[in-house]
Amino acid sequence: MNKGQSLSAEQRNKTILSIVLGIICVIYVLPVLTVVLNSFKVNTYVKTDTFALPKGEMWAGFQNFIKGMTFGNYPFWKSVVYSAAITILSTGLILLFTSMAAWYIARVNSIVCKAIYYLCVFSMVVPFQMVMFTLSKTADRLQLNTPWTIPIVYLGFGAGLAIFMFVGFVKSIPLEIEEAASIDGCGPLRTYFLVVFPMLKPTMISVGILEIMWVWNDYLLPYLVLDINKYRTIPIHIQYLKGSYGTVDLGATMALILLSIIPVIIFYLACQKHIIKGVAAGAVKG
Amino acid sequence: MKKGIFKNPIRRWFWLFLGPVVAAFAIGFVWPFFQGIYLSFCKFKLISRTTWVGFENYAKAFSDPTFLHAFWYTALFAITSLIFINVLGFAAAYALTQGIKGSNLYRTVFFMPNLIGGIVLGYIWSMIFDGILSRYGTSILLETKYGFWGLIILMCWQQIGYMMIIYIAGLQAVPEDMLEAAKIDGATKWQTLFKVTIPNVMPSITICTFLSLTNGFKLFDQNLALTAGQPFIIQPGGTTVKTTEMLALNIYNTFYGSNSASQGVAQAKAVLFFILVAGLGLAQLAYTRKREVQQ
Repeated sequence: MNKGQSLSAEQRNKTILSIVLGIICVIYVLPVLTVVLNSFKVNTYVKTDTFALPKGEMWAGFQNFIKGMTFGNYPFWKSVVYSAAITILSTGLILLFTSMAAWYIARVNSIVCKAIYYLCVFSMVVPFQMVMFTLSKTADRLQLNTPWTIPIVYLGFGAGLAIFMFVGFVKSIPLEIEEAASIDGCGPLRTYFLVVFPMLKPTMISVGILEIMWVWNDYLLPYLVLDINKYRTIPIHIQYLKGSYGTVDLGATMALILLSIIPVIIFYLACQKHIIKGVAAGAVKG
Repeated sequence: MKKGIFKNPIRRWFWLFLGPVVAAFAIGFVWPFFQGIYLSFCKFKLISRTTWVGFENYAKAFSDPTFLHAFWYTALFAITSLIFINVLGFAAAYALTQGIKGSNLYRTVFFMPNLIGGIVLGYIWSMIFDGILSRYGTSILLETKYGFWGLIILMCWQQIGYMMIIYIAGLQAVPEDMLEAAKIDGATKWQTLFKVTIPNVMPSITICTFLSLTNGFKLFDQNLALTAGQPFIIQPGGTTVKTTEMLALNIYNTFYGSNSASQGVAQAKAVLFFILVAGLGLAQLAYTRKREVQQ
């Protein structure tokens, strides 16, 4: 009797908790919803009636999106292409080369390897502001200021975390598998690409997710390194809309913000499990 | 001997396996880092023509009221955001591990803002805050306290989900039999939480506190997009203090502001900033090591 009562009380508590969390969830989504509302609103009403539905004279249709495409004297689709190209190239480059280096470091483990490894770990605690000035000058001098060469800069500055995560994983792989391959006549190159590389997949996904999120959203590094008149990424483009104009077209800005977060949300919903796992793995780097 | 047969053939491939990373790392980190330290002791307008000035840049950095203001403002922000983000993040994680319906959906929603970039976040929230504040005839750019709390709200929205994920992993690792033992001993829910659960998730709490602390200190994009340092106050001495400007933005503005002669000072500030952030990182490492020994 008593037990039944406390059980139903517990059930009631859970229902209340669920409802409270549901309400918080709705509040959580509101900022994104506000962006959606305002991207269809006539510019002058964005500031005065931010939270109103875009009805009647406030309704702008797709005008903001059309305007946004060429807004700021730079075509938006170009920013999207550059952002995508830089993200894909940098992530690919980082995954390939840091995993190779990590395998070498973990297996050879000489003094040089240890020095490189500790330098990489050290680089993780260095904030970007420490190197931003000298890095952008160096990149300029070496002509790394295009979307096709900036991945080299990302490989350099982002190597630390990737090497750290890969070395940790390689050390947990038993050496016997590779020895067997080597006895069967595989050279190091074949051993790496045919035997080790496929085993690295879970860490590849985690590192890949972290790098994608970093590079896609990064503002300051590409802003300082790239030739801004020619190449803009999405964050640079959006910063330019607000930064350099006296009167800002908020409607068009919101339309572009909406366009820039839609792919992120789709990406998130598609690989949610991997993203959450990757982020948790990256956090425990300390 | 056993290792030898395997190890030596790899060594010959040094340049293939390590070459690309070493070269990129030299360009992207090692060279800029050491050149940065060198330049912090120099006066220069062009990087090719430098004059050694010793600690003059550091002295200037310490006597710069905007830098000191940025430091205290950043420290206050980092600690305030640390408390809010961790308490709320832990509460969310605790609620979502009680086995209620819809936990997965809630987790998905809470984590979502984490994927949106800092610049975009800043503009979304600046629209929202101005939408509210404009009804009272003011703006987030007009009052320091609006800028401060605005940034706190923004960071909470972005980071609670992230910390929640780490706390959930910690909470799921709390041994079930311990919780049951507490229940049999007649402990209340609160007693169980404070005496059993929290001591067991201490490692996650350490990670999250340091993570939110360093995140707070390193914040740049959100700060730039939300207020960019506004409102400005002109001090009696004639210097303009940007009241909501944080450390990273202050360094950026010193580098790329109107006065190109102050780049040496900016680099000195950057070195100090690095020592501060790296110090926090090392403190975390030492602290976790110590706890691991104790357990």
